[in-house]
Amino acid sequence: MKIVMAKPGLDGHDRGAKVIARSLRDGGHEVVYTGLRRTPEQISRIVMDEDANALGLSTLSGAHDVLIPRICKLLKDTGMGDVMVFLGGIIPERDHEKMFSHGVRAIFGPGSRTEDILSFLDDAESRTDLGKSVGVGNEDGWRWN
Amino acid sequence: MALELTTAKILLKSASNGNRRDLSKLLTLLESGEKINLPISDSASNSTVLGVTGPPGVGKSTLIGRIINYWKEMNQKVAVLAIDPSSPRTGGALLGDRVRMDSADSGDSVFVRSLSTRGHPGGISSSLMAMINALSYCGWNKIVIETVGSGQNEIKIAAFADKIILVDGPDRGDIIQAEKAGIIELADIVVVNKSDMPASIKVADSIRSALSLGGGMDAPEVVLVSAERNEGIVEMMRIIEDCKTPKWRDRIKIKERLISLWDSRLLSSPKINGIIDDLETGSISLNDALDELAR
Repeated sequence: MKIVMAKPGLDGHDRGAKVIARSLRDGGHEVVYTGLRRTPEQISRIVMDEDANALGLSTLSGAHDVLIPRICKLLKDTGMGDVMVFLGGIIPERDHEKMFSHGVRAIFGPGSRTEDILSFLDDAESRTDLGKSVGVGNEDGWRWN
Repeated sequence: MALELTTAKILLKSASNGNRRDLSKLLTLLESGEKINLPISDSASNSTVLGVTGPPGVGKSTLIGRIINYWKEMNQKVAVLAIDPSSPRTGGALLGDRVRMDSADSGDSVFVRSLSTRGHPGGISSSLMAMINALSYCGWNKIVIETVGSGQNEIKIAAFADKIILVDGPDRGDIIQAEKAGIIELADIVVVNKSDMPASIKVADSIRSALSLGGGMDAPEVVLVSAERNEGIVEMMRIIEDCKTPKWRDRIKIKERLISLWDSRLLSSPKINGIIDDLETGSISLNDALDELAR
């Protein structure tokens, strides 16, 4: 898969995002890392230019509540509802449902194993092969966890 | 196949009308080896293709970020194809050139695509040509190619670029590299980046003297810039835009294109994996393998 790994918002810690990017690479995926502090508009443009299948978002600042719905909406509004979105970083349990309701397909918090993230991508890939959508705009509510 | 061809044509039409999403999808098709015949148009020849090459860590991506800004301010449409290596073992790749190009996401007139070599440094070449042509057709009149940080024999860029920038930096110990032959002879300009570091002046002098020993004929200019501090960029761009590429480069360009096409034919042969298996067990010789593939 071609995956964009992005850091939205203002937090400046990307060790986690880099570790994930690296392990996705080792899992045979093409990973584009955006660098720190990208706006939702920049992220959606990057996903478009790179024609990515998936977007991984890492946020630690607590701004996911605002940023993630905005990114999901931008993707849907610009014809990229087929792009799959997953999250990592610090997303409190109580916010998970809201994130999923905007089209996020998986959330990987601290302690997640990279093998699990790779299985999630494999699973998503086989669903896509079967013609089922895993994109942010998909209404059937499929989620990994 | 026929259906895919139609898809590519539909995408091309929409992309040339300014649909960015479809341009991006078209590039994906071309990247995967799809062929498309572009209608001949006047606009296609109006694009400048700039190749930026040099060893890892000298600041190619940061410099391209500045080049994007320079052209953007002149109301040009700038497209960048940034190539990074993929793992020969897993096929995966980490494409991080965008991180250093802070102007990469700056508006409708800038398009940046990261590409991996997909295990075939030579194999990307034929699809790269198609992608450049498509971008050009769709009105992107400044196209920048960033190659994998190259060694001395990385001259593939000569197959695609109208102008070539070789980037070097002060923190590489061995100046004797400049004395060697290779890409340095093909460069239209040699840019020594990180001019804020004192050692860069010495490096620039060494490269200049190495080049002047060759008789000085067609020797590229050597300029100092600091991409980080945005110093020397305008002067560098003027030199690039004004320089005349020597005639003999055309011949090398054609030759490199031929080699690229040869490479990609070889790599896309359905027989290649079987032949590698045979070579591994030693049941055929390299020459026989090549004959078999070329058949």
